[in-house]
Amino acid sequence: MLLSMQGISKSFSGVSALRSASLEIDDGEVMALVGQNGAGKSTLIKILTGAYQRDEGTITFEGDEVSFATPAESQTSGIATIYQEINLAPQRSVAENIYMAREPRIFGFLDRRAMRKGAAGVLRTFNLDIDVDMPVARFSAATRQMIAIARAVTQKARLVIMDEPTSSLDEKEVGILFETIRTLQKRGVAVLFIGHRLDELYAICDRVTIMRDGQTVAKSTMRDMPKMDLVRNMLGKELAAFEAMTREGGHDESRPVRLSLENVGAGLRVRDVSLTVREGEIAGLAGLLGSGRTETARIIFGIDQQDHGTIRINGVERTYKEPADAIADGIGLVSEDRKVDGIIPDMSIRENMTLALLPKLKKAGVVDRDRQNEIVTRYIKALGVKCVSPDQPIKELSGGNQQKVLLARWLCTDPRLLIIDEPTRGIDIGAKAEILKLLRNLADQGLSVLMISSELEELLAVADGVTVLSDGRSIAHLPRADLSETALMSAMAHQAD
Amino acid sequence: MNAILKTAAKTFTPKSSGDLARLGVFVALAGLILFGALRYDNFLSPFNILSFLRYNSMFALIALGMAFVIMTGGIDLSVGAVAAMSSVVAALLSPYHWFAGLSGGLAAGLVVGLINGFIVTKMRIQPFIATLATMLAAYGTGLLLADNQSVSVSYDTGFTIIGQDDFLGFPIPAWIAIVAYIVGWIVLERRALGRHILAIGDGEATASLMGLKVDRTLLAVYAASGFLAGLAGVILASQFGAGQPTEGVGWELFAIASVVVGGTLLTGGSGSVGATLGGALLLGIVFNILNFENGLGVISLSAYWQSVIRGSFLLVVVILQAGLVKKQDKASGM
Repeated sequence: MLLSMQGISKSFSGVSALRSASLEIDDGEVMALVGQNGAGKSTLIKILTGAYQRDEGTITFEGDEVSFATPAESQTSGIATIYQEINLAPQRSVAENIYMAREPRIFGFLDRRAMRKGAAGVLRTFNLDIDVDMPVARFSAATRQMIAIARAVTQKARLVIMDEPTSSLDEKEVGILFETIRTLQKRGVAVLFIGHRLDELYAICDRVTIMRDGQTVAKSTMRDMPKMDLVRNMLGKELAAFEAMTREGGHDESRPVRLSLENVGAGLRVRDVSLTVREGEIAGLAGLLGSGRTETARIIFGIDQQDHGTIRINGVERTYKEPADAIADGIGLVSEDRKVDGIIPDMSIRENMTLALLPKLKKAGVVDRDRQNEIVTRYIKALGVKCVSPDQPIKELSGGNQQKVLLARWLCTDPRLLIIDEPTRGIDIGAKAEILKLLRNLADQGLSVLMISSELEELLAVADGVTVLSDGRSIAHLPRADLSETALMSAMAHQAD
Repeated sequence: MNAILKTAAKTFTPKSSGDLARLGVFVALAGLILFGALRYDNFLSPFNILSFLRYNSMFALIALGMAFVIMTGGIDLSVGAVAAMSSVVAALLSPYHWFAGLSGGLAAGLVVGLINGFIVTKMRIQPFIATLATMLAAYGTGLLLADNQSVSVSYDTGFTIIGQDDFLGFPIPAWIAIVAYIVGWIVLERRALGRHILAIGDGEATASLMGLKVDRTLLAVYAASGFLAGLAGVILASQFGAGQPTEGVGWELFAIASVVVGGTLLTGGSGSVGATLGGALLLGIVFNILNFENGLGVISLSAYWQSVIRGSFLLVVVILQAGLVKKQDKASGM
């Protein structure tokens, strides 16, 4: 066995990210590592490469127990990582990048000819014939990736970790990458393939390790793991701790359509998405990681622009150049990552809540404090935000309460359509139910909600209908009547067919 | 006609964004020299050329150090003050031996450079702030050592030879600059260190993931910049016969301008030693031409106006360069 990680645990300031996770890889095999966001994949990888230090557990590599203090250390020991944002010096030449830090020299001077020849030679073994004097930035993502792999090969790597290597590649490039992986395999190099496009996993990987909630929940050969089982293992069946919010009716065809997308696409991530959201309805948007859900939301909100397709708001065709236009049309977006895109941690609840409203709160350029306070007090009460005072910094609140403040930020702009991406991520179970109930009540009062969620229970509990995305395409529309866990899972698992 | 242009475009295939801009420096340089030669009788006289080189070699030296710093994505604001301080140190030591003056000035520059490197790498302070602080400190130290006035050098120990004499009919400061630029070129183009410097400027995190010794390399670059500023200070004292505690003010900006005009991106990761020299010469020639213009008596430009004109010229060059780089990036789909 090439690598064995056993009983790996890690927590960050008391929050456990890995609980006795394990991973085993044999020489020359391609191992898939899959799991939802937050399942612990990247933490596990970072512990392996030395970017993080584990709290517990053992790592054995090539028969020796190891503990890497830095990524550089794991590299010299034969573990190369190809990151999503490929780690090459963009302005330096291909040859320089391949030999960076290990340049061939004659009498202390660079042996440029050896570098050129060596680089061209190793690239040719991957069927890549490029000018190795060109800066790396000149090449496509796929080629850059191959250059990074070539670098790994010249470093005599025994294990190459690829973190979502296909996320920025088109179909043809994926084919080239797979060829490269097979070439690596023939040389006895093992590959750890982190990905979430099922078809790709089945095409290239020998075995799969599935993680969920910081644990390794399944290991199997790909052959013995049907897609359905893989998806079930990944998503799990978290007992719905929140009360069943079953409702009658749901999808009411007579209600006016508030938002409709027809064959919308942009770049590689969103290829062909159609969906509708009616007045007073919660429309769910489901799909595996990387299926294009967040990217679709970004297009609707005007952060990115579509290449093709039509977006209609209340029946009128609209294309927003920037979010401000979408906001003016009564659209709000609560983003997936609160810490990055949402809250401003050091500012108070009051400031965070009224951020989107500020333009309307200004009187002759000065913020109207009285109105601001009135609004903040109202929403703190209405949404049940637990806080000491409106002036408390938002970072001191729990995840659930931060989410409520973000919700309030958009609610106080009086939106007609709210897009909410993973509304209960990182929120404890009790608060989850509360947030969902809140969304349901808002919809019942006439708000349209487009809810992106990876948690099936959540969609089952509140959505009036669910659109399933796969690989940037809307592949299924399930009305409330047809919604079930099995229906959702099979829609997500059978991607292309 | 169109076909000719197309072939021309094919023959010259710039490999990085800076290449076109770098080519532009030499075109502008040639243009200005031609302009000067046609307009003024004595522009290409040996006297003008030699004194031009003697004076501008100081700027060329600090521009060289600055170029390396900027290639790493940093900046060194202290070089002007360091040159001034080193000129004072060299002047104070010159009575003992010419070598004492030389090595004292160099050591003073090297020390500040090492301090800069230490603050930037070990204390993780932004280069802009770190070198702003050492700039103020070096400036003050120079004034303290010189007792707030210029310090005459000794004419008996041979110290003034460094700045004032010729070797093979060529000013010694120019020889020094030529040697420094050759060494700089070798380091950048023919040694691994140069590639590492550029890779660090491309992205420190990536560079360190690739196994480069980022801190050690940065320390060396700042030390070299300080050393070259010290060298410029020694030449200053020797050439003008006095240590000048207030002379170096603004030199750092001149150096930055030379580097930028030479096509080195302020964001780091690219740069050329040759084009930096071209940039330094270009700025020097603009100054030289303005002097001639004054001499012709057609217009009378005060030093203030000269500064305005030089600034405007710099702005035009930089804007043209930005346009070139943008066009090229678009063409290559970056």
